[in-house]
Amino acid sequence: MPKDGGIGASNKRREDVRFLTGKGRYTDDINIHGQAYAYFLRSDVAHGTINSVDTSAASAMDGVVGILTGADFEGVGSIPCGWQVTDRFGEVMQEPAHPVLAQGKVRHVGDPIAMVIAESLEQARTAAEAIEVDISELPAVVDMKEALKDGATKVHDDLTSNLCYDWGFVEENRDAVDEAIKGADHVTTLELVNQRLVANPMEPRVAVGDYNAGTDDSTLYTTSQNPHVIRLLMGAFVLGIPEHKLRVVAPDVGGGFGTKIFHYAEEAACTFAAKRVGRPVKWTASRSEAFMSDAHGRDHVTKIELAMDKDGNFLALRTDTHANMGAYLSTFAPSVPTWLHGTLMAGNYKTPLIYVNVKAVFTNTVPVDAYRGAGRPEATFQLERVIDKAAREMGMDPIKLRRKNFVTEFPYATPVAVEYDTGDYHATMDKLEEIIDRKGFAARRAESEKNGKLRGLGINCYIEACGIAPSNLVGQLGARAGLYESATVRVNATGGVVVMTGSHSHGQGHETSFPQVIAEMIGIDPSMVEIVHGDTANTPMGMGTYGSRSLAVGGSAMVKAAEKVINKAKKIAAHLMEASEGDIELKDGAFTVAGTDKSVAWGDVTLAAYVPHNYPLEEIEPGLEETAFYDPANFTYPAGAYSCEVEVDPETGKVTIERFAAADDFGNIVNPMIVDGQVHGGLAQGIGQALLENCAYDDDGQLLSGSYMDYAMPRADDVPFYDVDHSCQTPCTHNPLGVKGCGEAGAIGSPPSVVNAVVDALQSAGHKDVYHIDMPLTPSRVWSAMNGG
Amino acid sequence: MELSDEKTIAASVETVWTALLDPEVLKASVPGCKELSGSAEEGFQATVVQKVGPVKATFKGDVSLTEMVEPESLTITGAGKGGAAGFAKGGANVRLSEADGQTVLSYDVEAKVGGKLAQLGSRIIDGFAKKMADQFFENFKAQIEGPSDEEASDEDAPEDSDGAAKKSWIKKLVS
Repeated sequence: MPKDGGIGASNKRREDVRFLTGKGRYTDDINIHGQAYAYFLRSDVAHGTINSVDTSAASAMDGVVGILTGADFEGVGSIPCGWQVTDRFGEVMQEPAHPVLAQGKVRHVGDPIAMVIAESLEQARTAAEAIEVDISELPAVVDMKEALKDGATKVHDDLTSNLCYDWGFVEENRDAVDEAIKGADHVTTLELVNQRLVANPMEPRVAVGDYNAGTDDSTLYTTSQNPHVIRLLMGAFVLGIPEHKLRVVAPDVGGGFGTKIFHYAEEAACTFAAKRVGRPVKWTASRSEAFMSDAHGRDHVTKIELAMDKDGNFLALRTDTHANMGAYLSTFAPSVPTWLHGTLMAGNYKTPLIYVNVKAVFTNTVPVDAYRGAGRPEATFQLERVIDKAAREMGMDPIKLRRKNFVTEFPYATPVAVEYDTGDYHATMDKLEEIIDRKGFAARRAESEKNGKLRGLGINCYIEACGIAPSNLVGQLGARAGLYESATVRVNATGGVVVMTGSHSHGQGHETSFPQVIAEMIGIDPSMVEIVHGDTANTPMGMGTYGSRSLAVGGSAMVKAAEKVINKAKKIAAHLMEASEGDIELKDGAFTVAGTDKSVAWGDVTLAAYVPHNYPLEEIEPGLEETAFYDPANFTYPAGAYSCEVEVDPETGKVTIERFAAADDFGNIVNPMIVDGQVHGGLAQGIGQALLENCAYDDDGQLLSGSYMDYAMPRADDVPFYDVDHSCQTPCTHNPLGVKGCGEAGAIGSPPSVVNAVVDALQSAGHKDVYHIDMPLTPSRVWSAMNGG
Repeated sequence: MELSDEKTIAASVETVWTALLDPEVLKASVPGCKELSGSAEEGFQATVVQKVGPVKATFKGDVSLTEMVEPESLTITGAGKGGAAGFAKGGANVRLSEADGQTVLSYDVEAKVGGKLAQLGSRIIDGFAKKMADQFFENFKAQIEGPSDEEASDEDAPEDSDGAAKKSWIKKLVS
């Protein structure tokens, strides 16, 4: 294996050359000759009946090419939801229509009413202001519990209520869980909020629609994490364009975090409009617009109860959650609080009885869907916070209480359906304890106190289920798509390799890490391997990148395809060396005959494949290109232990993070530097959630935190230098690379660390009544907690 | 946003009541008002220019006077659309009572904003709305009593187009 190039090398990222020199090619950099510019007029009330939309004055204004409203989309399909959840009574969820442009009603601030297309963005925006919209305001439902009350105004008049579904898991165990809790020596209860967040990828969303009237081909350039999924959803369900006449291209994309998975109305609108006006149509979101049109994240309100015996063994767990769907069902939304959250409630522990209830609710707010971690941060936060509280109530050490209940035998079938293939939670906790110098904490606390500050130490575990997912399993759970991945490995005559992958890189560094795998398998330099992704015209059908799945699923597809290539190459090598196929070995870029010094180079074999003069044509075809589709056998289960140390200023409530340590088990690792980067990014977002970020609405459904003046993003000085470790590795047992994925763990495991630490700090100062503070732990909230608020 | 306050005006309740129904007085009292037309019976239409935080907008809207119990109390309700900036709505319950030949004018104001104003300016809306309500009633009081000194024509009061010196509304009536 090449010394610096294969699996385990921290190769610098290829992508960074163009990203850091301004040569990236993002969707907004795409300009098509003759393009026109789109601006969406959006509702500024949260709920109302549209009486009329008069575009006559606007249409006559300078530069206006066309104006579309909801009426233009009669007969066009609804933006689809990709996952149908069945409730605990066996009924399917309530699923409202989601028109491309508002029809009849507006249902959230930001709901698009009209699309103005003009020669310039300025002209489109000016004309939009001249559109007369007459809306009769309706009462807005914003609070989930209010939305479920009898007589509450309905967000969708054709549904029976604002309840999307009432999901219970596992419903058959509900009574046993209730019994166990009733009879337990000790029950710890906690009510908490996992607050609504706005993802804020650095690049806002962009869509460029282009129609070729000569060939009837439509093209959409879009900031997506999964172009094939967009092509399928938009082509089949919205616009009625067969896949062979629709090309979707996601070029360089500046961060996604889940928000760019979903099929959005603006994508369909631009594709439709390009054909309607006969010009390419380009839309670029402003940041203000992003706040009210990008899917939001999280927004759960939960009550969790943990029952234990007197020795601290976990007996049962019961949770009750309200999950906000927003005004419409975004692509994955119903699956996030159910299959990506309920199934994680066992955590790292062998709790035998678990029941999870989730009520998903429609409100007059922006639709909510997956955001880095998607359901697993919500699960981890409530579990690790209630365990922290239980430790205090029981007078037990928080690490000992967790260790006592760790799963230690694998595979482990949890009571919430998932089976953990492998893991070692004691190992990551051992590693964490080694890193954080727990013994030295008392002295550090004394030092902080000398400086007038409180100091707290928070510790927690996490586990997550990623590498999504086995298609037949998710199909049974209501997914309307498969979750396999694909790769075509094309070897060129001169020995270079092109991998066309269904995965998409928008920050993950696939262009660097994927070649390392091929380099390892064949023994060539990674610079000879090129990764192609993002264009449905030149990649096989894939489900895209999210859920920490790219290496686990996309990488596995690539490995399978590469194995097919290597097997065929061995046949060619055997022919060239007149040996039997079984004796051929491939090592360091050369094929050898076992037990001899005969060898032939990779490049000679690849050339032979395309210039088949000395070639077994009766047995195999020329060429060296293979495709594989890989459907995973299970999720993967990265896990770990995290720790946070904070200082709290008792005068102001301000929290600073002094230390943060993460001990993760990601199984095998391809590029350690990229893994570090993924964890760092996840930690920053988790810390942002814990201390700073909050998407706020008022009672009328007005978005209050609509800019960076009021939505506090983490900055460099909000986070410390992290100690991250991933030396504990229990390789995944069911994929060829043994990888578990690492993209979301940081955002999943960190919020409870921070809150645990702050509670610890306050408790150390005598605030024995403070067990919890809801995120974000702003100075105001922390100070109030210390002062009886 | 909600606020309650009161002002004492050196005039009788009947005088103050009549002033409240007068479009000229209202136009001079509403901060940033560029135009105001209509009547107390049929309602007023107004154009107001204001800047809230970073958002400057021209609001076009309606003002109506209802629940009128002459000369004791009435409700002023206004709703204005600011185009791309969003909208603003508000109302005031106004009560007049007599005290030593003067009028105590008390008001309970409630206001809401929506759209971009809420998105970009929600943190300062409370303070801003209170300032606007105060200014309205200050301007109103000045209209009736006349400017107290040179500084009474402050920068927020609209200027007369011919630059004539201000006269109190009462003085205009009697002169």
